[in-house]
Amino acid sequence: MSDNLVELEHLTKHFDVKQGVFARGTAKVHAVEDVTLQVRRGETLGIVGESGCGKSTTARLMLRLLDVTSGTVRFDGRDISTLSQRSLRPLRREMQMVFQDPYASLNPRKSVGQIVGTPFAIHGVKDARSRVQELLERVGLSPEHYNRYPHEFSGGQRQRIGVARALALSPKLIVCDEPVSALDVSIQAQVLNLLRNLQKDFQLTYVFITHDLSVLRQIADRIAVMYLGRLVEIGDSEQIYVAPKHPYTAALLSAVPRTGTDPRQRIVLSGDVPSPIDPPQACVFHPRCPRFHRGHCDVEEPHLRELAPHQAAACHYPLERWPMSDSELRQAEGVERKDRPHLEGAARE
Amino acid sequence: MTSSSGERLLDVRGLTVRFPTSDGIVQAVSDVSFALSRGETLGIVGESGSGKSVSNLAIMGLLNRARTVIGGEVEFKGRDLLTLPPDELRKVRGKEIAMVFQDPFACLHPMYRVGKQIAEAFSAHSDAGKDAAWNRAVELLDHVGIPNAKSRARDYPHQFSGGMRQRAMIAMALVHNPDILICDEPTTALDVTVQAQILELIEGVKREFDIGVILVTHDLGVVAETANSVMVMYAGRVMEYGPAAEIFREPQHPYAWGLLDSMPSIERRLDALVPIEGSPPSLLAPPAGCPFHPRCPYRFEPCPTERPPLKVPAEGAHLDACHLPYEKKVELGEQRAKKVAA
Repeated sequence: MSDNLVELEHLTKHFDVKQGVFARGTAKVHAVEDVTLQVRRGETLGIVGESGCGKSTTARLMLRLLDVTSGTVRFDGRDISTLSQRSLRPLRREMQMVFQDPYASLNPRKSVGQIVGTPFAIHGVKDARSRVQELLERVGLSPEHYNRYPHEFSGGQRQRIGVARALALSPKLIVCDEPVSALDVSIQAQVLNLLRNLQKDFQLTYVFITHDLSVLRQIADRIAVMYLGRLVEIGDSEQIYVAPKHPYTAALLSAVPRTGTDPRQRIVLSGDVPSPIDPPQACVFHPRCPRFHRGHCDVEEPHLRELAPHQAAACHYPLERWPMSDSELRQAEGVERKDRPHLEGAARE
Repeated sequence: MTSSSGERLLDVRGLTVRFPTSDGIVQAVSDVSFALSRGETLGIVGESGSGKSVSNLAIMGLLNRARTVIGGEVEFKGRDLLTLPPDELRKVRGKEIAMVFQDPFACLHPMYRVGKQIAEAFSAHSDAGKDAAWNRAVELLDHVGIPNAKSRARDYPHQFSGGMRQRAMIAMALVHNPDILICDEPTTALDVTVQAQILELIEGVKREFDIGVILVTHDLGVVAETANSVMVMYAGRVMEYGPAAEIFREPQHPYAWGLLDSMPSIERRLDALVPIEGSPPSLLAPPAGCPFHPRCPYRFEPCPTERPPLKVPAEGAHLDACHLPYEKKVELGEQRAKKVAA
């Protein structure tokens, strides 16, 4: 048995969209582009990035909820990238998902017992009622909640119901897509603690998708940073937080507001994430990058390379250390300020 | 600018908002008092349903008076906004007090050009002609950092990114040089790198226009980085209120401790997060006494029955509403600080 539960190789997903007058033209959204990564058994892999970076699409490809454009998805040693939905079905009980919005992901017309019991019904498991009640207890609800409906629960409790449903068939992999983003901070901590405890008790493997780096630090063992469909950095969680190598990772880290009183470096990126329909040439981050080197970054695409033990980034001019000041950041070897006229205007504020 | 920094702009005293519904009366805001000065950023923090947004809607006169019972006083430039007739209030709203909302996607009309919408906000309180209004719109778009403002003003909202739309909303709020800018969760819908840009913009605008800013948010990090003073709300009431530096260095209320401790930290990994047990109370029947007592680990005999008043518990401390003796709070606070440092 290999150490890896999931292996993605050169995974790519393009969506066709209609464009132009009367939608006659078509364009391609490059949602996920050449992503290679592994999810190890029993670990929590965090995938982080801003909206539109392809983190959710990657997860959906991993579960084959979407068809892949090219590349391979291997689950538990088996190539599932081209399996039909029918032949995928037996595998479905081993991979589950917890969704972001606990209001939208539970059917309001079904009782909690029905919601959590559905996986049992589909896979023909006997004695569903008592098992559902066990699950409810396991996630911090009461067995008496069996006959209640979702509207009778608070957001945090609903998310627990979603977790119970995902646990029902004892899966190997649970993909959590922003599971605590819709919750208040005092409730977030309850759900995060629950997920951590369940992982220990059931030897679960999590893929945890979020835009919140503070949440991720509490739960992830390894972290993959995505930008515009590309994997820009991947490594052990502590490494990523203490010594990020990719300038985008550093900018993300520095942009998170914090309550601590320690002074810190803040890198404010200019501009917005470009359109994934027409992503920039070569390194997709170059138009916003403080280390941009004309004639290199916009010509040659950087590939993921190991820069420290258990840490790889796709950058021609990775950070030598962290934290560093804005001006140090801009003085990567061979990069001069005149190379970046496009940043001058943005620095005006 | 002739206005002087530090001048008192807004005085809210005993603000109370009740919504009668078929299920009973929702006690959305109860006895909330605060003040705002020129050059100040007041952060109002709280979880969903704590009354932070409703307070501001009441100040802006945006609640339906026929269906809401509003009590207290909102003094702005010597007048009580709550008793002002609607047409008088309209002259204040959007002109002297402006507001930026959470969702910049919902706030702009999809079928009008961005510049046109800002110009319209200008014309609403001015006799200036069409061209003057348009020029003002372009000027402000440029001011809030929209590149090529002149041509981008002719864009429709869907051609703007989320961050640009929020910039446009801020431009619209600024057309009449308001005295107060109320921002209700201005960055919640935005990505973190864009959030940093918008927070910088709001800070810059505050200094440049010398205005007072009320920043409503659930994100303690955002408040810690931008606010001068902080008001913590829970179940429609003020729990703690004081200078931001003090609130984050020496929080006094158990609810504030709970909030700070349950926040996942980006600085390090914690063995276990410390959540606040239970969930916020229903505002149809908030608990008697201190609204936080059912979830408070330090509750004692008076908490379930007596409502703690908002007061300064000792010299050098800031306002809080808690029965715990101040010495006890200091002691618990120190224990907490040690735990955090460990």
